[in-house]
Amino acid sequence: MPIDIDIAKVARLARLGLSDDELAAYGSQLEDILEHAARVQALPTEGVEPTAHPLPMVNAHRSDEVEPTLDREEVLAQAPDHVDGFFRVPAFLEDE
Amino acid sequence: MSDPADFTIAEAARALRSGETTAAALLKAVRRRVTMTEADLHAYLTIDAEGAEASAAAADEAFARGEDRGSLQGIPIALKDNMVTRGVETTASSQILAGWIPPYDASVVTKLRDAGAVIIGKTNLDEFAMGSSTENSAYGTSRNPWDPERVPGGSSGGSAAAVAVGSALAALGSDTGGSIRQPASLCGVVGMKPTYGLVSRYGLIAFASSLDQIGPITRSVDDALAVLETIAGHDPEDATSFRGELPDFGSQVDRGVDGLRIGVVSELLGEGTEPAVADAFGAMLERLEGAGAEIRELSLPSTAYALSAYYLIAPAECSANLARFDGVRYGLRVDGGETVEDMMGATRAAGFGPEVTRRILLGTYALSAGYYDAFYGQAQKVRTLVIEDFKQAYQQADVLVTPTSPTTAFTVGERTDDPLAMYLSDICTIPSNLSGDPGISVPIGVDDAGLPIGFQVLAPALAEPVMFRVAKAVEGLAGFDARPTLANSEGAA
Repeated sequence: MPIDIDIAKVARLARLGLSDDELAAYGSQLEDILEHAARVQALPTEGVEPTAHPLPMVNAHRSDEVEPTLDREEVLAQAPDHVDGFFRVPAFLEDE
Repeated sequence: MSDPADFTIAEAARALRSGETTAAALLKAVRRRVTMTEADLHAYLTIDAEGAEASAAAADEAFARGEDRGSLQGIPIALKDNMVTRGVETTASSQILAGWIPPYDASVVTKLRDAGAVIIGKTNLDEFAMGSSTENSAYGTSRNPWDPERVPGGSSGGSAAAVAVGSALAALGSDTGGSIRQPASLCGVVGMKPTYGLVSRYGLIAFASSLDQIGPITRSVDDALAVLETIAGHDPEDATSFRGELPDFGSQVDRGVDGLRIGVVSELLGEGTEPAVADAFGAMLERLEGAGAEIRELSLPSTAYALSAYYLIAPAECSANLARFDGVRYGLRVDGGETVEDMMGATRAAGFGPEVTRRILLGTYALSAGYYDAFYGQAQKVRTLVIEDFKQAYQQADVLVTPTSPTTAFTVGERTDDPLAMYLSDICTIPSNLSGDPGISVPIGVDDAGLPIGFQVLAPALAEPVMFRVAKAVEGLAGFDARPTLANSEGAA
């Protein structure tokens, strides 16, 4: 089954700022890999439940107790940019 | 006297308690081996000289006080660099984490420290554990200690190479599709993936959360058992951590294979298996039969589709897990324009290498609207079929066996241009990641070029006791005692 990918859209969804050349190269590699991966469609799976996880587990509860958390200064020291105890990022809203 | 860097954990543990050696002397011997081999091997990304010396001194003080926290006290151990270590740089071999100093320890690190182990440093891997050769590391390829022109396997290639050469007595790796067992096989050491959930993943930088599991790489089956006993157990920090009673991992280890039913999976012995690997595997089956095991050929038809399913499920999970690397809270930030989205796009494009980028794209596509059912959804159903095939097989056999890898170590560069050929390295190991079952690779011989061949033993979930039992028998029957070229030193035998 030939596979056609809108690679620019996929890269945008994945927040990967790739150049046009990179997009073209990854696009054609992905088509090859997906052609192989599409073999999963050859196996009859009517009535088969999907497995998301190897363990049959639902929720993992614990009691709601106050516990030590990571040290704020130690965490912020690893941030690319921070101010007044917050992570700082470029604008994420349009100017009014 | 042999060089302490060549000791197994069991030998070192005895020597530490008889006073024949000290933790400080053991560390010194291992550090000497690191100095001697690293230029050729590049197994390590970071050596924590200060931390290791402090831990060795603490272990010696504990011995002097008569305090004994078990078989890992004073033992030099290496960590794959995707396990976070407070105060010691952790990169997962990615540029996006260059220079990152984690503010906490992974749970396995805490357990090793509590047991008195000496953590020497952090080993090289394929970026974010995605690969089968360490060639995807942003910090250079590790080399195979049996032939530096060849890869050590991956993704835990640095850990396997370090253990093979005596640059650590043991190491931890992580296994998502074979990343402990395949490099162990290619480097001639023992590598074990526990049942999913037995070892906490807290502080393991996530690749594919429903498949990832931490496990030991060692020079003997007994050593793998000793490390597993130390790192296994419920951890409230990992919601997927197993809550039931742990099996007594070593309870059957010395019982031999007499009367056991050993299943051979015909689908995993197909084309692509090198003749030397097939011959060594077949010879071991005959020896197991001679030792009283019953060999049964079994068919697990869906395992033929496991690789395809894996290359949808693992990238899908990776695309979600790696969304956290966005230049906001830690790691690399690259300015890419006006908005936060531009910054994220520029950071991620600059910070991730080609294989990681490829898998993020693949996973994003497989999960995207319109394609989800055909790819990810279908792969999850194939996963169910693989699990059902294993269940049926385990009604007819106590364990299943395969070669660990269809080939011995390949040459650096040989498969880098062909992602699919690289993926085929893991064809025998991937099915048990999908099912969450344990597996172990034991070295059984070498090919004509002197490269090691691994034998894989698979068992049902929580059946580690019988898995170790067969692995120990295989180890005994193989009598594998060859040494890698790079370990031949003034002190080595």
